[in-house]
Amino acid sequence: MQKKKEMIAMLLAGGQGSRLGVLTAKMAKPAVSFGGKYRIIDFPLSNCINSGVDTVGVLTQYEPLRLNSHIGIGVPWDLDRNYGGVTVLSPYERSENSDWYTGTANAVYQNISYIETYNPDYVLILGGDHIYKMDYELMLNYHKAKKADITMAAMPVPIEEASRFGVLVTDPETGRITEFEEKPEHPKSNLASMGIYIFNWPVLKEALITNKDVPGLDFGKHVIPYCHGKGNPVFCYEYNSYWKDVGTLQSYWEANMELIDLVPVFNLYEEYWKIYTNNDLTAPQFFDDNAVVERCIISEKASIYGTVKNSVIGPNVTIGPGAEVYDSILMGNVKIGENAKVYKAIIAEDSVVGAGAVLGYGEYRESTYNPKVYCSDLVTVGECSVIPPGVTIGKNTAIYGITEAEDYPNGGLESGNAVIKAGETL
Amino acid sequence: MKAIGIILAAGNSKRMRELTAKRCTAAMPMCGTYRAVDFVLTNMAYSHIQSVAVLTQYNSRSLSEHLNSSRWWDFGRKQGGLYVYHPTITPDNSSWYRGTLDSMCQNIRFLKESHEPYVIIASGDGVYRLDYNKVLDYHIEKRADITIVTADMRPWEDSTRFGQVRTDGDGRVTEFEEKPMQEESKDVNTGVYVIRRRLLIEILETCMEEDRYDLVRDVIIRYRRVKRIYAYHMDGYWSSISSAESYYKTNLDFLNKDVRDTFFTEDETVLTKANDFPPAKYNPGSSVKHALVASGTIINGTVENSVIFKKSYIGNGAVIKNSVILNDVYIGDNARVENCIVESHNTLYADSVYVGDPNDVRIVVENNARYF
Repeated sequence: MQKKKEMIAMLLAGGQGSRLGVLTAKMAKPAVSFGGKYRIIDFPLSNCINSGVDTVGVLTQYEPLRLNSHIGIGVPWDLDRNYGGVTVLSPYERSENSDWYTGTANAVYQNISYIETYNPDYVLILGGDHIYKMDYELMLNYHKAKKADITMAAMPVPIEEASRFGVLVTDPETGRITEFEEKPEHPKSNLASMGIYIFNWPVLKEALITNKDVPGLDFGKHVIPYCHGKGNPVFCYEYNSYWKDVGTLQSYWEANMELIDLVPVFNLYEEYWKIYTNNDLTAPQFFDDNAVVERCIISEKASIYGTVKNSVIGPNVTIGPGAEVYDSILMGNVKIGENAKVYKAIIAEDSVVGAGAVLGYGEYRESTYNPKVYCSDLVTVGECSVIPPGVTIGKNTAIYGITEAEDYPNGGLESGNAVIKAGETL
Repeated sequence: MKAIGIILAAGNSKRMRELTAKRCTAAMPMCGTYRAVDFVLTNMAYSHIQSVAVLTQYNSRSLSEHLNSSRWWDFGRKQGGLYVYHPTITPDNSSWYRGTLDSMCQNIRFLKESHEPYVIIASGDGVYRLDYNKVLDYHIEKRADITIVTADMRPWEDSTRFGQVRTDGDGRVTEFEEKPMQEESKDVNTGVYVIRRRLLIEILETCMEEDRYDLVRDVIIRYRRVKRIYAYHMDGYWSSISSAESYYKTNLDFLNKDVRDTFFTEDETVLTKANDFPPAKYNPGSSVKHALVASGTIINGTVENSVIFKKSYIGNGAVIKNSVILNDVYIGDNARVENCIVESHNTLYADSVYVGDPNDVRIVVENNARYF
């Protein structure tokens, strides 16, 4: 007789998140740092354990190294279990029909055997790229009370934004979903699907197997409409608290900056719903005699010799003497050289800004590199990058790789441009 | 590693004053995020010692809680592990630990059932970074029976609360004076010893028959002429926090880059139980200079030359100078704290003033209610 888990979670963490530009060049979006010491995936993982869901399959595909090393065996979330716990599920080769994960539901389809191991009644489907706190157990209680086959979490959004989402039209009395529209031009409702679903496992299994040959099998596009069309009761669980999509550089920056508000909307300082992360640095942060700090959050082992205001600072960051950092996000291990000026920048892990360099200078200009991704006045620096001393970098720029003075004609980078030096180096 | 570890953490020191009213010295919070015992446990872990016993007695609850899982020091193995031994009543014994030696006598089975040839004995209140393998190599090279690790105290420190060692040219201990009336030198016993396991068992069995209970008095001093006792001098930072003054100064020492660099390199840190506090938050109006701040803290006021432990709150206009604020302390608006150690979980009301003497640190213990 198999042991049993009432509900297990499948966390979709395989996407690139290409609108985060150089931030996701070498890591999947769920692995991107957030709020100083966290990574985006910490939020759904912490929600799982706080909700009593102790079995989580994390579906990875795009650049999984950071994600794998971050999750490890799940110790920070207490997801290292003798039975259950966290399991990283990558696509694998099989005797026939091997394939990458071609869509969200296809990824789950390819892991039916993992789910069956736990013989669950319910399967919780989660995305790995939103910032929120949510008690999935309450959602499960709702799901049971409604005798639903599928429950979708949704939250009200401004009607003009609703066309970016899957929109749910519900029966106001029962909460049962009457209509489901994926990214409609003229939304009939402002309830946006959050990409969080609870399925009765037999219903999901049947839908996955029946539709297994649909190319790019996707929950929103195929599985939900299929089940809804078949007459399965699909209910809407309305959620009315903080939920933030950090899919673009601008929204990523804004969500970070909200954390430094005097009383943040999204409060990390609550005791009863903690967010856990894998952080092996424990040392306190140090402030020099000449340090100036205001309106910031700062993580472990940071050393501040200069000035830092309105910023989110990750672990082990060094801000050199005379340096100024304003309105910026510095992820773990970033080093800002002496007298460097950093204005409105996102600098990813392990990067170094040379002494006297200026980031975020001048006026906004449209990106000549990739206007779809780079469309704000942010300077974005990818991980492990180096910016040589003394250069001047304009707004709406991107830098990735170990750059040298020669990469900056006239000692600078005009607004709207990019220097990308990716690839292997010896 | 060819050794097992024993950490002596059972005793109390009156010099800690009110600080050890609710915990033992080894459990004292340190440097914002640690407890004192983390330093010796980190040394043991980085020296690849796989089996460590912590002997506790006085006020051991905090220490036991801190050590509830051995994984944070990487001792969570099938082979070896981290063991916390409290005094226990057996058919043969109904006494508390009557001294450092007695605490080992009462746990002699731990020694007998190990198979490593050597034992590293260390006190739980030392703050230092040491690879015990170096001491062991020295011990073997000198063909010593017991090796004592010594270190220099700083000029301003009183060395008469420690043991003082005199050696011949080879490093062999010729004289040992415990807590002498007059200071002889600044080179003192750090409470770290290396000894062969079988020899220790032999000595313990003899001492049990003779009702001897103190490691220094009944072994080191008594055996100094019949056994080859050597001193290994440790360079670098060493401090014992076993007095309130030393505790205060040791915490402030970490404001010094050289001291931090001793413990926190790119590759090594001090290992401790994970905590899940969010990043420290600095609100408008905050000013923080020459300070160490731990996670989970929210600062609205001014902090200078101080160490702020995790999950503390400093109100608007509050001024903290030359102080050590332990974890979960709430300091109300416009309060002033200077030259103080503020005990953990305290609440200092708005506008209150606590000022100690620079040479006689004030320990603040308030039982104020926190109304939120």
